[in-house]
Amino acid sequence: MNDMSMLKVNEAAAPVAAADQREMLLEAIGLHTYYGSSHILHGVNFHIRKGEALGLMGRNGMGKTTLIRTMLGFLNPKAGGVLVRGQRMTGGPTHKIAKLGIAYVPEGRGIFPNLTVRENLIMAARAGVEGQREWTFDRVMATFPRLAERIENGGGNLSGGEQQMLTIGRALMTNPDLLILDEATEGLAPLIVREIWRVIREIRDSGIATVIVDKNHAAITALTDRSMILVKGQVVFDGPSGEVRNNPELIKKHLGV
Amino acid sequence: MDFVSFLIQVLNSLQYGLLLFLVASGLTLVFGIMGIINLAHGSFYMVGAYLAFALTSLTGNLMLSIALGIPLAFVFGALLEWALFSHLYKRDHLEQVLLTYGLILIFEELRSLMVGDDVHGVTIPELFSASIPLSDNLSYPVYRLVISVVCLALAGGLYFLIQKTRLGMMIRAGSHDRDMVKALGIDINLLYRTVFALGVALAALAGMLAAPISSVYPGMGSSVLIISFVIVVIGGVGSVWGALVAALVIGFADTFGKVLLPDLAGLMVYLVMAVVLLWRPEGIFKKG
Repeated sequence: MNDMSMLKVNEAAAPVAAADQREMLLEAIGLHTYYGSSHILHGVNFHIRKGEALGLMGRNGMGKTTLIRTMLGFLNPKAGGVLVRGQRMTGGPTHKIAKLGIAYVPEGRGIFPNLTVRENLIMAARAGVEGQREWTFDRVMATFPRLAERIENGGGNLSGGEQQMLTIGRALMTNPDLLILDEATEGLAPLIVREIWRVIREIRDSGIATVIVDKNHAAITALTDRSMILVKGQVVFDGPSGEVRNNPELIKKHLGV
Repeated sequence: MDFVSFLIQVLNSLQYGLLLFLVASGLTLVFGIMGIINLAHGSFYMVGAYLAFALTSLTGNLMLSIALGIPLAFVFGALLEWALFSHLYKRDHLEQVLLTYGLILIFEELRSLMVGDDVHGVTIPELFSASIPLSDNLSYPVYRLVISVVCLALAGGLYFLIQKTRLGMMIRAGSHDRDMVKALGIDINLLYRTVFALGVALAALAGMLAAPISSVYPGMGSSVLIISFVIVVIGGVGSVWGALVAALVIGFADTFGKVLLPDLAGLMVYLVMAVVLLWRPEGIFKKG
């Protein structure tokens, strides 16, 4: 591990951290994660505080999903650590990390096709870390009227967009403090995408912290306060989303196709 | 065959089939959800029967023994899952077969050491010891009817548990995508332990219920194990409803096979399996 680079990142982050008093929800320090023999993450630092909206960007294969899966305890890093609300949770267990108020909408959705829409939702229902029960079955129904129409359908019979709404709705049923959305709009029709962005904005405005991974950097930077860009398993940018928006060079260099 | 004899055979088929369902339901759940081939599942049936014998010798009452035996079997199952089976989920089927075959030998040996190799009888509770006369010389024992009713009630309870409760939804979800279940904050290891212990308790209960009619004898788990695997295969791996239908089919095939084609009695069950698998290679109910 390169100690010098870690030191620099910490120094740079320090003044921001001092100014921001909100509770740290999820933090990763110097993560090195491997898939078999391939080295995916090269010392990634990550943090998100309560109520914050963060965009996680980068081209395909740069380590975004690996970073998320490491922080959720699905993968055990070779070096580095994961803190969830200040508790050491490196390598899981995943269900304990989730119970600390972290909800996950995975790439490729992840609904249970053998359960109905209703069952998908109520099997996940739980109060949040502070006992909050703001997201009830009825509220999810009101947020996603399309799901309400298909409530007794099998999860596998839904369209791609409806499955995505179900996954987001199911994540909200756990009353999380942080929602991680990995490619929530991928492969969906423009009308559905607009609907998903509307809901994500509503979630953000309700005070739930969000980590949004998406190809559409214009949409992400408009929705988030802060953006991170990963290139080959390293953080090349971590700062206000406005700086990404107004920097076509940065976008072209790291995000353009 | 006159009507009364036919009726008796139908009742026997139902009773045998439903009892087999109790054993096979746990086997198919553990196989379908956790991916474990458990050859020792028949041993839980034997453990149940011997538990009924031992507890009835102590308490003098089969019903009280069953009430005590069910929680004992559940705890036994949970401990076994914790100590051994939880290490098998990521292993291949060969290793599962080796461990669970070893367990059969260990359970048989322990049984021999603790209770001996004699055949033992268990008395039917006084309350259910009567017979219902059906004709001048034929009657049907009340206890067998009780077994059928209890098994039917349990099948209904299992349906409710799996289809209507959140635990059941989590179990079904876990059979599809265990990572996603974990990400929703559900402790999948605890879930698996519960399912396994439930399967053990059901198999042991079948043994306890069967003890008075079949008596209690060495190796009684093996024949039940083989029939249970036939049921799991016919019904479709992981399908509890498939297991129920298949268990009834086997119950009828075996009972009527013995009456109508005594020469082929031992073959009937396997003939039915062959026919079903030719018709539907994945079993009657494919796993959804």
